Amino acid sequence: MSDPFLSQKDEIRKRLEGRYVGAVPHNQALNLRVVDYRPEHLSLALPYREDLVGNPETGVLHGGCITSLIDATCGGAVIMSLVAPRRIATLDLRIDYVRPALPHQEVICDAHCYKVTRHVAFVRASAHHGDKASPIATSSGTFVVFRDEGPRSEEGAST
Amino acid sequence: MTLRDAVALLRETGDFTAIQEAIPYARFMGITAELVDDEVIGRMRYSDHLVGNASVPALHGGTLGALMESTAIFKLLWHGETTAVPKTINITVEYLRGAGPEDVLARATFTRHGRRVANVRVFAYQDDPERPVAVATAHFLLVQE
Repeated sequence: MSDPFLSQKDEIRKRLEGRYVGAVPHNQALNLRVVDYRPEHLSLALPYREDLVGNPETGVLHGGCITSLIDATCGGAVIMSLVAPRRIATLDLRIDYVRPALPHQEVICDAHCYKVTRHVAFVRASAHHGDKASPIATSSGTFVVFRDEGPRSEEGAST
Repeated sequence: MTLRDAVALLRETGDFTAIQEAIPYARFMGITAELVDDEVIGRMRYSDHLVGNASVPALHGGTLGALMESTAIFKLLWHGETTAVPKTINITVEYLRGAGPEDVLARATFTRHGRRVANVRVFAYQDDPERPVAVATAHFLLVQE
């Protein structure tokens, strides 16, 4: 039996890299990179950069760019759980910083969209330096899924 | 100037310029703050690289979270007793409406400012403070080990 995901895997990567990461200016500005993807799941990496540092005494990335990474990854996990492309918008996002991030290391976010209802999608995520068992941040978020087709967004809130 | 020196300068002068200069990410994002009637008002200057959806266009949700977390920290630094930088324990961001391609302002209030932990509520808005584009609640650890 052929797996529809496997048969389209390269096409899906192109769509993620082109339309989701590449076409979103802020994701592009952060150099977000697709690490892994499968139905309901997405992993993106935020490369370490000096100009994203929050505290020059520690050299650790600012929480703000971790928030952008987690928001982008969670939104992408929702897209990976939808059969047809839909406009989505973040309703809320909670991030717990469970241990300090380390300097000079990229941050990877793994997001899992574990439930989609007609109008709402629920996502859990964690961010780490490569060891999933040792997260720096854990997160949960909800997204609204627009069933009407419109010219608007895959990212960010809308009225 | 080190961040600690910038915090000390802020306490003397009420000027956030040195803080913004000392934080690379604040420069990258165009995030700053000023005192308006003794209240800390955060500002994120609009720039094309903050956009999350180019077709609307609307700002990336993460950038609103970044402004609100920064504004809360700026307010804690202004009102704090040491030059230690507060550590974010957690933050919950709620998105209320789309943020257009213009500056975003933010105002923070302390729900509880204890010795170890502060609970801060932040409102982000564009043209009308009564119509926030996003709100956030965050906890910060104030003591340094």
